[in-house]
Amino acid sequence: MTLTASVPRIRLVALVGNPNCGKTTLFNRLTGLRQKVGNYPGVTVEKKEGTIRFADRSVAQIIDLPGTYSLIPHSPDESIATDILLGRYKNENPDLIVCVVDASNLERHLYLVTQIIDRQLPLVIALNMVDIAEENGVNINRKILAKRLGVPVVPVVASKGIGIDDLKRVIAETNHTVGLGRQWKLPPLVDQELNELMGLLADHHQLSAPIAFHESVLLLSSGNGSPVNGNKYSQEVLHHLQQDHTRLDTAGIDRQSVFVESRFELIREICSGAVMKKLSSRPTISDKIDHFATHKVWGFVIFIVFMGLMFQAMFSWSEVPMLAIGNGFDWMGQQITRLLPTGDVRDLLVNGALAGVAAVVTFLPQILFLFFFLGMLEDTGYMARAAFIMDRLMGKVGLSGKSFIPLLSSFACAIPGIMATRTIDNPRDRLVTMLVAPLMSCSARLPVYTLMIAAFIPGITLFGFLSLAGLTLLSMYLLGLFAALGMAWVLKKTLAKGTPSFFIMELPQYRLPSVQSIARQMFDRSWQFVKRAGTFILGVSIILWFLASYPRTENATPAEQLQNSFAGQAGKLIEPMIKPLGFDWKIGIGLIGSLLQREVFVSTMGTIYNIQDAGEGDVSLQQKLRNERDPSTGKPSFTLLTAICVMVYYVFAMQCFSTIAIMRKETGGWKWPFFQFAYMTALAWIFTFAVYRVGLLLGGA
Amino acid sequence: MIQSLNTLLPGDRAVVLEIRKDAGSIRRRLMEIGLTAGTQLEFLRHAPFGDPIEIRIGDTRLSLRRAEAASVIIERTE
Repeated sequence: MTLTASVPRIRLVALVGNPNCGKTTLFNRLTGLRQKVGNYPGVTVEKKEGTIRFADRSVAQIIDLPGTYSLIPHSPDESIATDILLGRYKNENPDLIVCVVDASNLERHLYLVTQIIDRQLPLVIALNMVDIAEENGVNINRKILAKRLGVPVVPVVASKGIGIDDLKRVIAETNHTVGLGRQWKLPPLVDQELNELMGLLADHHQLSAPIAFHESVLLLSSGNGSPVNGNKYSQEVLHHLQQDHTRLDTAGIDRQSVFVESRFELIREICSGAVMKKLSSRPTISDKIDHFATHKVWGFVIFIVFMGLMFQAMFSWSEVPMLAIGNGFDWMGQQITRLLPTGDVRDLLVNGALAGVAAVVTFLPQILFLFFFLGMLEDTGYMARAAFIMDRLMGKVGLSGKSFIPLLSSFACAIPGIMATRTIDNPRDRLVTMLVAPLMSCSARLPVYTLMIAAFIPGITLFGFLSLAGLTLLSMYLLGLFAALGMAWVLKKTLAKGTPSFFIMELPQYRLPSVQSIARQMFDRSWQFVKRAGTFILGVSIILWFLASYPRTENATPAEQLQNSFAGQAGKLIEPMIKPLGFDWKIGIGLIGSLLQREVFVSTMGTIYNIQDAGEGDVSLQQKLRNERDPSTGKPSFTLLTAICVMVYYVFAMQCFSTIAIMRKETGGWKWPFFQFAYMTALAWIFTFAVYRVGLLLGGA
Repeated sequence: MIQSLNTLLPGDRAVVLEIRKDAGSIRRRLMEIGLTAGTQLEFLRHAPFGDPIEIRIGDTRLSLRRAEAASVIIERTE
């Protein structure tokens, strides 16, 4: 034991700051690869933890708190940051707060700083993006700033890794200060009432002075009469509060603005002389870019080009690596088939485990592309502009512009789409976006659509250039899109109802993206995806394999084997439920078989119709489907109407265990994936039933 | 001339007078983000679809919806 060991060390550091202050970039710089991402229990708010390693090889834990403008929260993610800072959160009592402040927006960001100083917790300020501020003619004298605030101010440029070692050194010090305490001045009457209320709260509820102060400000500035969570206070406190409200109101004091304005008054005093601005009216580079990027016409063109590029990458460019991964797994399957004797073990390995894992890993290129583009969008500052441009449209269904990119990504695959919702800071909007994302027609539905269209949609061309097949495909995509938007509207009106979400957002200065930070995000998200969804999918695929393979039928063709299996029996079992949709038990097996993955429907149909290796667009399978006759009536049992019904069913139905797995992970429980599965299956049934009935009336049978 | 923030046009400058008392829970947030009495601002632009709008306070660029901007009472300065 050395002498220094007796000095209490920093164990837990909390990183706080306004949204868009570069907090996450700094977090990545401080922790390197030593971080993990999870959820706060019970809420869809991301929790990021990591380890800082100091020069002397000692370590401390660091948590990246959700971005917040104020310690008086407006949304659940802000509440988490607030609760931790106010010591209301179990097991998370930081020894040190590092508040990240954007040097270009110093005055506004100091608002949160003064609130944390009032809280009297050890504090260090990381003055971020000093380079951009200086380019724009803003010079900050950090010595004066540090002296006036009473806490260290460390200049950093997180995106370039400048000042990180200095910051670590300051964090590792042991003599942290809590700041100079409350310096802001209130009108005498307000000050008097505040002190009285603080005293009462301290007496009646055993609150420490900083907490009593925080609660008093909140109580005094809140609406008239009893506060929302009034029952947690004693009668005497509430009575006193009522009198305070009356006294202040009669004195003509705006109880809400007085506290905010007094704080800003202090901030102006602190900044005067500490912040030097060169008077220059020349527009910044950001302004010049924004002139085009948010322009009425060009803004839209640029946005479409960006989105087109992203979509192209996820849809087309990922095809080659996805095919390569698929081939790789096929090769592994062949090797296992070659090495192992025929039997259950080999079958389980190849058709159960390997097929299931392959199904997940194939999505990897899409996920890498998605997070490359998301990283670029966020790191450059364009993400905020994209939200700015799309907000009006998304606002019509109750979401904000931030939901647009996740929904667009879901056209490729709902899994990256759902993962992309992490950029939505309003948890209710995030939940609704996640819930409707799988309604967007993903690439796994394409083989199902293609098979049905090729087999049953007549090869007619309308007006000389519109093929009926293409039009049908487009209709399915549009149906999914409108279903997603409509469902979002419904959910926002019902389940995710609450105080209306607002869209006050800072548009950060444009900056060059950091390669390190983007590569990190791509790696992290992909690894999480492979690890978590992979283990779950592995289990499910083994179960599905078992259901499709047992009980064994001796000397049977693969088709007979499937018919007699548990899955086949289940197909027959659910036939009464799907009969109203125009589906027979064979389609039923297809539906069950494709619960893991939608495109499995095609190969399952192939197996049932006894064709080896049925791929998409397989002519013989199409012919078989067309030739299929109902044994009792002799009429075709698979018609144009059936095909349309199958497509409509797949537009809505949640036939994807990977999505369920990722939903469980992202929402931290089974409640929402279950709800999603239930509502989507219900929608699928209702819409398919309606289409079938209308089709029958029109003579579609 | 006293008017609300959402009636400004690109290039207009104004000073904040107050946030409407009936603005509800968003009132405090608007003030906390810097829209306090006496704050000078410039209306920069609106999004391609007309909403939301972008304003500049000092070096900060903020975007807010017209519905939110309607609660900000301002006086045009030029």
